[in-house]
Amino acid sequence: MGPDAVGVPLSKKAYSAEAGATQDAYAQVPGFYTLFRTELVLSARRRSDIVNPLLFFVTVLAMMPLGIGPEPEMLSRMAPGLIWVMSLLATLLSQESLFRGDYEDGSLEQLALQPQPLYFPVLAKVLVHWLVTGVPLALLSPLLGMMLNLGAAGYWPLFISLVLGTASLSLIGAVGAALTVALRRPGLLLALIIMPLYVPVLIFGTGTVQAALDGYSFGPQLAVLGAILAVAAALAPLASAGAIRISLEN
Amino acid sequence: MSWQWFHRLGSPRWFYQKSSAWLPWLGGAALLLLAVGIVWGLGFAPEDFKQGNSYRIIYIHVPAAFLALAGYYIMAISGAIGLIWKMKLSFVVMRAAAPIGAALTFIALFTGAVWGKPTWGTYWVWDARITSMLILFFLYLGVMALSGAFSREQSGDKASALLALVGTVNIPIIYKSVDWWFTLHQPATLKLTEASTIDPSMFYPLITMIAGFYLFYAWVLTLHTRAMILQREGRTQWVRELLGAPAPTKA
Repeated sequence: MGPDAVGVPLSKKAYSAEAGATQDAYAQVPGFYTLFRTELVLSARRRSDIVNPLLFFVTVLAMMPLGIGPEPEMLSRMAPGLIWVMSLLATLLSQESLFRGDYEDGSLEQLALQPQPLYFPVLAKVLVHWLVTGVPLALLSPLLGMMLNLGAAGYWPLFISLVLGTASLSLIGAVGAALTVALRRPGLLLALIIMPLYVPVLIFGTGTVQAALDGYSFGPQLAVLGAILAVAAALAPLASAGAIRISLEN
Repeated sequence: MSWQWFHRLGSPRWFYQKSSAWLPWLGGAALLLLAVGIVWGLGFAPEDFKQGNSYRIIYIHVPAAFLALAGYYIMAISGAIGLIWKMKLSFVVMRAAAPIGAALTFIALFTGAVWGKPTWGTYWVWDARITSMLILFFLYLGVMALSGAFSREQSGDKASALLALVGTVNIPIIYKSVDWWFTLHQPATLKLTEASTIDPSMFYPLITMIAGFYLFYAWVLTLHTRAMILQREGRTQWVRELLGAPAPTKA
């Protein structure tokens, strides 16, 4: 089916309804708020999508002391790195399904057929992904910090760095999810192509906590994390949108 | 200015025919420079007063590292040309460049490890530059894995070109952050030989080797691209004629 057959009239109708129902701010980006709300409701209905990454996070971190030994000094030295690497993995694993459902039932194609750029739908989906994985991970981090004997100075920096950093991780990972959505089993490939791109976030995320533990100011590291987030928010949805169009051609 | 040459360049057939004439020159010049550089560097350049003869691996290590990084940009730029101008040939070049670049990155890492043992006393250090090269190696592997994962060739082309471009944006950020991470974690007790402080008698053979590696890269890339063109265009008339295969029978 062509864009003029279905996509345009339907979405135009949706715009006018939307513009009437919501404030002017949302009307600037038609459909963003609707999609955001729909995605949020969908995630809330599929509880396992929210809970599984968190369970993975906690379970694997509980394995760590069993593997490397229970000495408190060693654990507290490794805690920032361990928690950050596990957040990376948890985000990555949950990202595989970011566009999958929409790709399989065809709604991704409908989104791509709309006359508006794909940037905003992607941003809405990533935002929801971050709200249901990144933010809960950050909220859980004090508990895990306690289990791993993290120093008292590290809790607050760990939480802030995770909130900022997981948003970047969700954005960067969305590119990989969009590139691999047409493949049957993308799991390992997604990790292979996205992990190297996560390196800066990991470095500055653990750097924040380490600086705080060593008694230094952690503002600069947080600023860099914020800068990475700003660049990722501007560019990653564009790349994801391009990748979605490539995947839809497949 | 006429853009005809640019559009002609997009035709795999045109490239295949033209490049047959370039190949002997490229290959000859590459081998000549490499031979001169190796003999000069290994045989005639003076011994390093601290590292003795072990420093001579620089004549392989540095050019390989140069080309490993330049190769990523060559790959990404040809991918971008393919995405923008929809050129068949540039995707072929991009795919051909990936394994060559990965091999050069591996050579740079391997020779670095071999060099590290006598100078630093260890094969592997989490030094900023080594770590960046390792991540570059992973980026190459990612592009290769993604391009091979699609059953439809064009999708693999475009997807891996996009990934290469995303990687290009990231390389400076990764490089800077790894550099920063290294200075934060470890005091700089180990120092690589700085290229700027190198003596001219050691520097000229090095420049010869770098030029030789560039030409060698161009030669190998052309060869690999030609092989991939034949593989991809196997159904077309001109490839069949070239290989002396019978024309496809029409059903």
